[in-house]
Amino acid sequence: MTESLSFIFLNAVLANNFVLALFLGLCPFLGVSGKLNTALPMGLATMFVMLVSSVSAYLINIVLVMFEIEFLRLIAYIAVIASAVQLVEMALKKLSPALFRSLGIFLPLITTNCAILGLALFQTFKEYNFTQSLVYAIGAGVGFILAIVLMAGLREKLELSTMPSITQGAAVSLMLGGLLSLSFMGFAGLGG
Amino acid sequence: MSKRSNDSITWGTFSEGLWRDNPVFVMLLGMCPVLAVTNSAINALAMGLATTFVLLASGALISLLRHSIPKQVRIATYIVIIATFVTIVDYAIQAISLDLYNALGAFIQLIVANCMILGRAEAYASRNRPLKSFTNALGMGAGFTLALLCLGVVREVLGAGSLFGIDLFGPRFEPWVVMILPAGGFIVLGAWLLLFEWLKQRKERLELEAAAETR
Repeated sequence: MTESLSFIFLNAVLANNFVLALFLGLCPFLGVSGKLNTALPMGLATMFVMLVSSVSAYLINIVLVMFEIEFLRLIAYIAVIASAVQLVEMALKKLSPALFRSLGIFLPLITTNCAILGLALFQTFKEYNFTQSLVYAIGAGVGFILAIVLMAGLREKLELSTMPSITQGAAVSLMLGGLLSLSFMGFAGLGG
Repeated sequence: MSKRSNDSITWGTFSEGLWRDNPVFVMLLGMCPVLAVTNSAINALAMGLATTFVLLASGALISLLRHSIPKQVRIATYIVIIATFVTIVDYAIQAISLDLYNALGAFIQLIVANCMILGRAEAYASRNRPLKSFTNALGMGAGFTLALLCLGVVREVLGAGSLFGIDLFGPRFEPWVVMILPAGGFIVLGAWLLLFEWLKQRKERLELEAAAETR
């Protein structure tokens, strides 16, 4: 693998943005993007879990390959991610109970955020080394924060405008997501 | 809880997931595969069937074990059970059709992270008898497959001018490429939701008018 670190980073943030181009992590993207001041902490929490699980997944993969039990990869990864989420949950409960309450059910649901499992799987498929995995995880996290914060900003503006009654609910959020995704396609030439 | 009275399996147990509580259109669960693999009808169908299998198998097993799983570690247990079945599906699809496996990519393994399956395990399978959970899971799986097909068909017809790989419009059709791209997934799903909301509001309005006339 000869991909440079900056290429991996830009690729994960813009050209192959996890949310808008690869469709990973849509549940929190649609669920928690109502307000800016919950979207940003959610993004940061997700990024932290991404980092922890990326490092753990790298180490676990070495062990799995050593014992030739790759078929256990999925189960091992998801167990690690679940523990990492538990860690974040406990830390957040101690540090900021108010934030903990406002994130609500979406915090434990980071476990089933496919962006995180996807990250762990992709870095294994692409055979990234340790530094590359780390940069990939940071890029994916930054990309996720970027997408969710942009979306939250758009939806806050939307609250103030008059819309036809049938657009209540998720339909307009999805349309907005479509437009965002369309604009992110403009970055496609950067990575590939 | 009066256990006896709600043990019976009715048509509603099955049809709940198919329409009224459709996991995709109503509950907005499991969105990632819904948008990611529906760029052609055949991919959508395969994904729907794979998810249905995992839903059925994990629902039945969790329901069987519901009295022996300790409450504190239930989520972890469910995840491990689901991951086991997903691994089975992953290897099965690889054995059946390598083309399909490559088209679906990592999204087969990502069925583990489909919140719909965990949600069903937590909300339904852990509280009901195996047969009832199985019926409900069948309905949910059918509803999920139906929703995937709804998206897959629209996107393939508009974006490639074909259906299940069969050319529909002849060589002079200019494909609407954006429909196959990621943006198209968001927009088509948004359009379906708009349509359903419109139908719902129209029905409510008609019922209101009918009630006003009879008065």
